[in-house]
Amino acid sequence: MARISLKDVRKSYGTAHVIKGVDIDIEDGEFCVFVGPSGCGKSTLLRMIAGLEDITSGTLEIGDRTVNDLPPAQRGVAMVFQSYAIFPHMTVRENVAFGLTIAGASKAEKDAKVAEAARILQMEHLLDRRPSQLSGGQRQRVAIGRAIVRKPQVFLFDEPLSNLDAALRMDMRMEIGKLHNQLGATMIYVTHDQVEAMTLADKIVVLKDGQVMQVGAPMDLYHNPANLFVAGFLGAPSMNFLKVTVQGIDGGRALVSNGALDPVEVATAGRSFRAGETALLGLRPQYLTVSEGPGQLHGQVALTERLGAETVVEITLKDASPLIAALAHDAVFPLGAMVNLNFDPARAHLFPME
Amino acid sequence: MASKFTVSNRTGWLMAGPAILLIAGFVILPFFLAIGLSFTNQRLVSPNPTEFVGLSNYRQLLGVATVTLEPLRDDAGAVVMKDGEPEYPSIRSLTRNNPDRPDLAGMREWFSFSLGGEAKTFVLARDVVFMKAVVNTFIFVIVVAPVQAGLALGLALLINQRLRGINVFRAIYFMPVVVSIVVVSLLWRLIYDGQSGLLNNLLDAISFGLIPPVNWLGDPSTALGAIIAMSIWQAVGFQMVIWLSGLQTISPTLYEAAAIEGASKWQVFRYVTWPGLRNTAVLILIVITMQAFGLFAQIDVMTNGGPLDSTQTIVFQAVERGYGKQDISGGSAISVILFVIVLSISLIQRFLTREKS
Repeated sequence: MARISLKDVRKSYGTAHVIKGVDIDIEDGEFCVFVGPSGCGKSTLLRMIAGLEDITSGTLEIGDRTVNDLPPAQRGVAMVFQSYAIFPHMTVRENVAFGLTIAGASKAEKDAKVAEAARILQMEHLLDRRPSQLSGGQRQRVAIGRAIVRKPQVFLFDEPLSNLDAALRMDMRMEIGKLHNQLGATMIYVTHDQVEAMTLADKIVVLKDGQVMQVGAPMDLYHNPANLFVAGFLGAPSMNFLKVTVQGIDGGRALVSNGALDPVEVATAGRSFRAGETALLGLRPQYLTVSEGPGQLHGQVALTERLGAETVVEITLKDASPLIAALAHDAVFPLGAMVNLNFDPARAHLFPME
Repeated sequence: MASKFTVSNRTGWLMAGPAILLIAGFVILPFFLAIGLSFTNQRLVSPNPTEFVGLSNYRQLLGVATVTLEPLRDDAGAVVMKDGEPEYPSIRSLTRNNPDRPDLAGMREWFSFSLGGEAKTFVLARDVVFMKAVVNTFIFVIVVAPVQAGLALGLALLINQRLRGINVFRAIYFMPVVVSIVVVSLLWRLIYDGQSGLLNNLLDAISFGLIPPVNWLGDPSTALGAIIAMSIWQAVGFQMVIWLSGLQTISPTLYEAAAIEGASKWQVFRYVTWPGLRNTAVLILIVITMQAFGLFAQIDVMTNGGPLDSTQTIVFQAVERGYGKQDISGGSAISVILFVIVLSISLIQRFLTREKS
């Protein structure tokens, strides 16, 4: 088993700097998810760990070995690709056994290990089929089978569910979660889907423009985002940001308000603000409630989306800025109705303007 | 959106018309004419009316017979020796005006062999030159198809890399394909020249005069080989481009997956590249075979079938017969025979390389 450590890892193509100094420590057996918008460098970083891209500078350690210059096969990693990358001319059995064939394993060994992998992935009945006869989800199972059969120290997943439809994606997501519990191996998983990140990860690494924005447990990132980007990226619908004026500072708390918001005291979470400064107040739609009384925020209903268990209301605040509230019950709001909203100041985040 | 061009039949026919007329006039019509004429005694120019002669042209071309002869013996019963070899009755005594063997009339010796003992078997052919042409053509195909396909694959694998200036090499390898085969043949005639040819000079220089000049095209033992080498060189670039297109259809992630599993270069080729090239390989094999059977221009320019018929080929014979000897029906019969050979080989190749389910 292996822990992975990246120290000041960089990647440049000529003058284009794609990965700009990344430090990450992944513990043995941890499920680590790299998440970020497209072009943030998360796939490149994964491919650098796999050995498919070389590392311009910095050190990469897998299991206390520096592996910067080792070819992929000697790093003890297995990888599952977005496009599955299963060999079209081989049967499922041959595909799953591919790594063993390459290593020159005996037929008996191959049969035993393929059977075990097939049992874990519940695909015994598929073994003699060809990839062209399989559905997308089944192909992805084959790709995972090929990865687990060699018992690698580290699994790398490069957006494995992106090519699947929504229902299947959820099933496979759960399967991958179970697989991690079963195998206990270190896994690194790249996705742009924050639901996959939140549900699967022990540790999330949020990336943007080749830099780490924040590393931490999913709930840690959700409740204590380190910056505006992480706050806006995680959670759906995404966090509301209101432009507010800092009225005063008192220790770790700031008094803020704007045209639609009555003055409220929120924690500064170590960030520094000056009185009179304009700042952004982050409010998750889920933590807003409609108040029967006067409330803290005032606006007009612009749109209602009723989803049954949840009602998403778009509100135009008194200062004309938009606000989304996700209410955890079914409710009807006439268009244009005036509403007052409440929130728990402990759930609000204050960020400096960028 | 249905525009006038996609719905109007008339426009469509007008556009396809020129191509249809040309294909009909120069491919389809000659094809059926050749089949028809091969059963007649049609000549290029003749005052006599054309007659239907049935299979006589084919019998003339394909007639083969064997005779096994005992060596001549003198009165004491000992074998008559001539130049250290036993002497056999002359073939001519059998094939000319011999009322006992009317079936052998007009045949000539093609080759002979002996299966141990003193008796010798003579293979006679009604048209020895055509038989040599068939054999030469088959030798040409059997050597050129695998060697050219293999070389082209090697070049394609070398070319299919991301290296600076790789396009220069692509252009260089493809250049001979662009040049007319007649021009290439003329140039190679100079290269192969027996006296001061480039090849002889080169061999002389690198061996410090140890290798004497060879008359590459003038010696029956080297002429066909010289033409084979030159033909492989000329078209290898074309096959290379086809291989290259096949290589580029293989998904790069398959190579990455193989790299992660630790495959060596040979294993990558065996498990990823070669299976991915299967359809390309079938295409290339069929294309090369067909092209090789059509060997003509090199022969026409470089050797004219000589020396001693050592570079006769089927197509060269068809042209020679039809226009040189003005025997259109004979030339047509040769063309039809070639058609049957190529068709059956292609069908066999298709069968052998079919997708096994």
